[in-house]
Parts: sequence; C-alpha cells; structure tokens
Amino acid sequence: MMAWWTHRRCLFSFLLLAFAAIAVPAFAQDAPAADEGSTLESPTLESLAAGVDEAKLAGHNAWMLTSCALVLFMTAPGLAMFYGGLVRKKNVLSVMMQCLFLMGLMTVLWSLYGYSLAFGGDNPYIGNGDYLFMNDVQQFWNEETNSPETPMEGVIPRLTHMLFQGMFFIITPALICGAFAERMKFSAMVLFSVLWGTLVYCPLCHWVWGGGILAFDGKAYANPDIATASWAGGALDFAGGTVVHISSGISALVCAIMLGRRSGWGHDDMRPHNLTYTALGAAMLWVGWFGFNAGSELASDGLTSSAFAVTHFSAAAGAVAWSLYEWLTRGKPSVLGAASGAVAGLVCITPAAGFVQPMPALAMGAVAGVVCAIACGMKSKFGYDDALDAFGVHGVGGTLGAILTGVFATRACWDIADGAKLGLIEGGSVLKGQIVATLVTWVFSVVMTVVLLLIVKAITGLRVDEETERRGLDIKEHEEEGYLLL
Amino acid sequence: MKKIEAIVRHYKLEDVKNALSEQGVSGMTITEVRGFGRQKGHTEMYRGTEYAVDFVPKVKVEVVIDDDRLQMVVDTILKAAQTGQIGDGKVFVSELTETIRIRTGETGGEAL
Repeated sequence: MMAWWTHRRCLFSFLLLAFAAIAVPAFAQDAPAADEGSTLESPTLESLAAGVDEAKLAGHNAWMLTSCALVLFMTAPGLAMFYGGLVRKKNVLSVMMQCLFLMGLMTVLWSLYGYSLAFGGDNPYIGNGDYLFMNDVQQFWNEETNSPETPMEGVIPRLTHMLFQGMFFIITPALICGAFAERMKFSAMVLFSVLWGTLVYCPLCHWVWGGGILAFDGKAYANPDIATASWAGGALDFAGGTVVHISSGISALVCAIMLGRRSGWGHDDMRPHNLTYTALGAAMLWVGWFGFNAGSELASDGLTSSAFAVTHFSAAAGAVAWSLYEWLTRGKPSVLGAASGAVAGLVCITPAAGFVQPMPALAMGAVAGVVCAIACGMKSKFGYDDALDAFGVHGVGGTLGAILTGVFATRACWDIADGAKLGLIEGGSVLKGQIVATLVTWVFSVVMTVVLLLIVKAITGLRVDEETERRGLDIKEHEEEGYLLL
Repeated sequence: MKKIEAIVRHYKLEDVKNALSEQGVSGMTITEVRGFGRQKGHTEMYRGTEYAVDFVPKVKVEVVIDDDRLQMVVDTILKAAQTGQIGDGKVFVSELTETIRIRTGETGGEAL
C-alpha cells in the first residue's frame, strides 16, 4: 500500500513538473505580449498576405519533399526488391546493387550538371549551364536585402524541384537494368548509365518538360496562329510517360537484343527465386508512385488530389485485369501477374495523371493490364530475352499511356490550353502531338542506345564471361552472396 | 533388419510420423529431396513464359525396423501418405546388414 502511494506521489510530482516545464515558457511568451498589447499595431493587409503566402509555401513544399522521398523509395527498396525477387538466387545482389548504386551515381551527375542540362535555359533542344553545380538552385546571400535567399521554381523552392526531378533521373536508368539483368558487366552498367542519363534522359527531359521541342504549349494549342517550337503541338506528359517509361522501356529492348540472351535461356531453370520480394516490391512501387504522379503537379492543390486518385485507380484496375486475364487464359491468377498488372496500370496512367478523370483511369489501367500481359508473353515468340520485362511493362505500358492520354485528356482536370478541348473524346486534337512525341521518343531511344552500347562495348565490353554468368554475378562481380545461410 | 525409404508429399509428413509413432516406431530420419517419377514433374507459368519443373520437391522418410514388423510399417506408411492423386510417392525396402548405437556400442535390434 505504501509502495503504491509512493509510486502515485512520484507520478503526480512528475506530471506537475512536466506541466510546469510546458506552461512556464508559454506564460513567459504570453507575458510580454500582454504587456505590449497597448503598443501592438493591428496586422496590415500586407502582413496577412505574407502570412498566407508562407503557409501556402509550407504546404506545397511539405508535400513536394514528401513526394521526393516517395519517389526515391520506389528505386530502393521498391524496384530493388521487385527486380531482386525476379532474378535467380545467384544474382539477387547484382540487381539490388544496380538500384542502390544508381541512387548514388545519378544523384551526383544530377547535382553537377544533369539538372542544368535538363531544365536550364530556353533552347528547344538542350538545356544550358545556368544551374551547373547547383548555381541559382542553392540558397545564396542577397547583398541588397542583406539576407539569405532561396531561388523559386513556381510555388516551391528550386532546390525541391531539383530534388524531385532528380529522383526521376535515378529511377529511369534503374528500370532499364531489368532488361540486361543477370548478364551485364557492372562496369558496363555504370558507364552506360552515365552516358544514357546524360545523352538520352537529359535532352528528352528538356524536350518535354524544359520547354523544348516536345513540350506542350497551351497558348499555341489554343490559338494556332501563335508560333511554337514544339513538334505537332508537343506532348501532354504529366509525370513521365515519354521521359521515363517509353525512353527506358525502348532502351531496355535494345539492350536485351544487343546483349543477347542469357546463357541457358530456353532450357535452364530461370524462374524468379523469391516472388515474396517481388510482391512486396510491387506494393512499395504502388505507394511510391503517389509521389511520382501526384508530386508531378509540383504543388499541393486540387489537381494533386485528382492525380493521386487516378494513379490509385489505374493501378487497381491493372492488378485486377492482369489477374483476370491469367485466370481466363490459363486457369489461375498468379501473384506475379497481380504485381505486374499493378505496375502496368501505374506506368500507363503516368503521362495522363494530370489530364484524365477517375473512370477513364480505371479503363486505362485495365487495358494496360491485359496489353502488357500479352506483350510479356510475346518475348519467347520473338526470341529476345528482356529478363525482367522492362520493355513489356514500361515500353508497352508507357506507349499505351501516352496514346490514351490523347484520347481521354480533358480540360476539366487541367485547363492547360485556355479552355481549348484536349483529348479525342471531348473533341480535342492533342492525340496528334502524343503520337508524334511517342514516335520521336522511340526513334531517339533506339538510335542513341545502339550508339551508346557500341561505345560501352568498345571500352569495357558488355557481358560478363560465360563462367561468371554460370556462377552468378553476385560472387564474381561483387564477391558477395545474398544468402549465406541457405 | 530392413531399411524403408518412403518418398512422400510434404504435407503428408506429419500424418506419416504420427501413424508410425502410434505403431511403436521409435525413430526416423527425414530429408528434403527433389525428383520425378512417371508424371515427369509439372509446369509453371511466369508472365507468359512456361517452365517445366522436372524435379518436384518431396520429403524422404527413412525408417529402420526388424524384419517381422516390415509389412505393418509399410502398410502404415501407405495408408498415411496416400491421397490417390498422381505424385503420392514411393516406398523402397532394402536389406540392412547392421545397426550400431554409437553411445553404447549395442548392435542389431538392440540398437534400434
């Protein structure tokens, strides 16, 4: 009884002290305010407006920084686990290493020159040196105001914009790794990623998002008399249909063909070694994709909610459609099918996320689920070894998404062209620009990837030797094993 | 003495173990094994690509018994492991020349 009372007394004293600790500073803050009450001026309209602006900036920036983290989460653990489970046990570390290493490598390139090359200047073909080494991106000291200043990009700090776009620069070459998994030299992968990021991603990103030749110019679209640098009006690409998925998917196909099939393809057991990883990785991609697509509004507003909703709906429809397709054609819905279907739905909605309504998003996800399932089944017929279906899911899904954006886009979501109708269904004509941009991206990706692979082949060689491939890339390329206890 | 090696389905192992214990079998060894019989494995489909799985995973149960208990033990295993479907497994019986308990040095039936 005594012990209980002592315990209660201690607890009471502790709570009293805690309350005092919280309350005293609060009173201390309140006190001067009360004293100054007589001298305090009423808030002016300017100070109120500044407060509102600060609150808006905080809201937008908080969501965008969250989106940055979500998109990075997609590469590792998301993609690393998704791909890691799909390869054989002896290569699990090699694909995880590719994802992890690219998070470092591409970030370094992005900070030095990538962001500048992608988003600097008004040249329609390539960026300039405005943002080299984070110049005019990082905070700087303003001599006139005698205070630190943060460069802005729209409603968010340019630093946030740079970070967000940098996450795309990381994941795009990582997606390609799925095509040449289990056979490409690590050194070749590194060199290829440096060249591809610099000479394919950055220009393409500039063309579409940096005001270049594939950028959609709303004013020119609404009024054809206005001259524009865009080809065929440019492309609606909200979060990376052309920039991320078509470019990586098509490059992946070229890699798969030029590297050749894995040793033992067609007769060795090449089943995924851990579909548990793959299912969890796909779920992580689904979560991260909210940052990818809803973050691409570059603010937190009504369109962000719309992009979030359509992203979720398309993924859901994709998972259901791929599963149903398998159920009908081979009698059983597979876990890999459901996981792949979700990713296919996410890929397809990516370019359209800011332009379509929720019901068309369901349709887009469903179509992507079935079409990508069929496309993945075609590789054995055509005889190329796209090991983890980077082309089947991203190339095909991205192309489908870009085209369907031209069909379903509506000004009700984003009035990007001063009230002019957008998609085919509401009577607009953006489809033409979508098709042209898709073709340009296909051709550019194919030609550049062929050239870059030839360069890499001459410098480092592309494939590991036969023995390395047989023993696994983990032990021969990294001198490590994924599963020491199994 | 006889050694019985029974190749059974994974999910039948518990049934086999319990049935043998009830019959007084005092020990057994089990091993994870892979192989195929007349049905030649099965196929699995991954994103439209079909894989023939030749070596199907099974469990091998090894039991050593006195000659006079052979039929009873074999019948027990057959009853416990049977589903009637393809892939139920096999039972192999072989002659065993000697058994020695390491701790005591006992031999033959004493060592079981």
